[in-house]
Amino acid sequence: MALTDIEIKNIETHAEAIRETILDMLVQAGSGHTAGPLGMSDLFAAFYFHILKHDPKNPDWEERDRLILSNGHTVPVRYSAMAHAGYFPVEECLTLRKFGSRLQGHPERDRLPGLETTSGPLGSGLSQAAGIALALKMDGKKNRTFVMMSDGEQQEGNTWEAVMFASKYELGNLTAVMDRNNIQIDGMTEDVMPLNSLKEKYEAFGWHVMEIDGHNIEAFVDACDHARAIPEKPTLIIAHTIPGKGVPEIEYDYKWHGKWPTKEEGARFMKELRNGAGRVPNEYA
Amino acid sequence: MLNKNAQLNTNVFSKDIEKKATRDGFGLGAVEAGKKDPNVVVLCADLKESTRAEWFENEFPDRFIEVGVAEQNMATVAAGMAAVGKRPFIASYAAFSPGRNYEQIRTTIALNQQPVVVCGMHAGVSVGPDGATHQMLEDIGMMRMLPGMNVIVPGDAEEARKATMAAAESKTPTYLRFGRAPTPVFTTTDTPFEIGKALVLWESAKPKVALMSTGALSYEALLAARALASDNIEVTVLHVPSVKPLDEEKVEEAARRAGRVITIEEHQVAGGFGSAIAEFLSERYPVPVTRLGMKDVFGQSGEPEELLKHYGLQASGIAAAVRTSLGIY
Repeated sequence: MALTDIEIKNIETHAEAIRETILDMLVQAGSGHTAGPLGMSDLFAAFYFHILKHDPKNPDWEERDRLILSNGHTVPVRYSAMAHAGYFPVEECLTLRKFGSRLQGHPERDRLPGLETTSGPLGSGLSQAAGIALALKMDGKKNRTFVMMSDGEQQEGNTWEAVMFASKYELGNLTAVMDRNNIQIDGMTEDVMPLNSLKEKYEAFGWHVMEIDGHNIEAFVDACDHARAIPEKPTLIIAHTIPGKGVPEIEYDYKWHGKWPTKEEGARFMKELRNGAGRVPNEYA
Repeated sequence: MLNKNAQLNTNVFSKDIEKKATRDGFGLGAVEAGKKDPNVVVLCADLKESTRAEWFENEFPDRFIEVGVAEQNMATVAAGMAAVGKRPFIASYAAFSPGRNYEQIRTTIALNQQPVVVCGMHAGVSVGPDGATHQMLEDIGMMRMLPGMNVIVPGDAEEARKATMAAAESKTPTYLRFGRAPTPVFTTTDTPFEIGKALVLWESAKPKVALMSTGALSYEALLAARALASDNIEVTVLHVPSVKPLDEEKVEEAARRAGRVITIEEHQVAGGFGSAIAEFLSERYPVPVTRLGMKDVFGQSGEPEELLKHYGLQASGIAAAVRTSLGIY
């Protein structure tokens, strides 16, 4: 169902709050990944505040949709989104990566209710999502399975094993979302190991593929709706995103893939985030 | 003498004892488990005939998932299916699963605590002519190191059937190790089997050595014990299908009574079953331990019998090791 302007604005506001918490938690943790989580905030806001059928007060609800995070290193965006959606207090986000925290550096399913899988090592999320989607399909369940993955992990062989598998078993209940931000740890994806023509590659394997601006919430919600209308094939949504989105001084810079802001940088980035790259006067930011 | 409580095959020392591969036991056990629990599913990576996964497919075509030659995908798809209540068995050769997909098993099954049963076929040198690439000899070590992973090496086809059913009922990620070659079925339907329990096969009043073995070689250990008895060398044979969890009580008791242990396995002596026994005893009740197995070498092509003989893993090799350890020449 199409979103109203107010609904879109509402999700965008959540996305901004998710970004602010990401900065807070990374500064506090003193380690972690910055660019990906900021780039994926709009997608996660849309997931948790509109797309997913879920219940923050009952994370194990059997009828929920499943959201698998394959690129586990970007988990701060998921923790932040979950906290803002009501799974746990936002303050708990500041325990990220600390001893005894439920918010492990890479997500561990059994530590925090609401996580579907344990992830971090790349290239295995699509397979797990396919397994979940297949099992749900076998049981005639209507729940949908979403998997968020990175572009860098398209270099993993396991990903392509899963691409073939999902197509063979006609997993129309599976929607994969690729965060196409063009960066990975060692540089730009096309320099490290070119991925070009991802759309054509997936189509050749029998998938339905859509490409969207990953910061356009309406486009993302529409694409997810569109995927529901294609029961015979798995769907890939290639979401083009800006790594570090919202903080102009780090946007597009691959060096921020695995880096975290210092306290000073954190304060400066927060200001950049809040003044909307100069659109809002600093005194209101 | 034979332990009566083990309810072993009455033909146990007959030349005509029935021989069956442990993988056949898996095939039967999977079908039985499938009948008991509709959530049991079997995934296979293009080896359904050889792994006997086909037997399950014939019975439950809708619950058999062919993933093609893709062991990494097989493990991770299974982890996903387990996450929504299925009880998946994944079947391939041990050299590829857990050989190739170890990280996927570690992260998405063990750390993720999903009750997937990894079934590694064609383990050990008795795979025979296929040669070293297919003779998996490091899997017990790899799998027993994973926190929370049970490791079971059935001694014969009947025990393999029971182990498969027990794994289906267990809530724990489990590794089941099977062989290719037909081996004597020395247990019966009445022989007790439980994950975490060892079984005394042969008892002596005053044992000088405790033979501890896992997998089909326990039969060779039994033959060695009988041969030694006729020379008045008393030993006990403890069959240990459950490498992890280990039956610490029985292992300690056997070590205490004999004061000397020899372990037998179709696996590298480094990191495998013998290591598990040595690790445990060195802390609990240190006694001399000799480990028979593969000594930092890969296997090679040949017939199963001649390979086992070459590596000293047949009854004659085991008996010789007993004499050596006792200084009887």
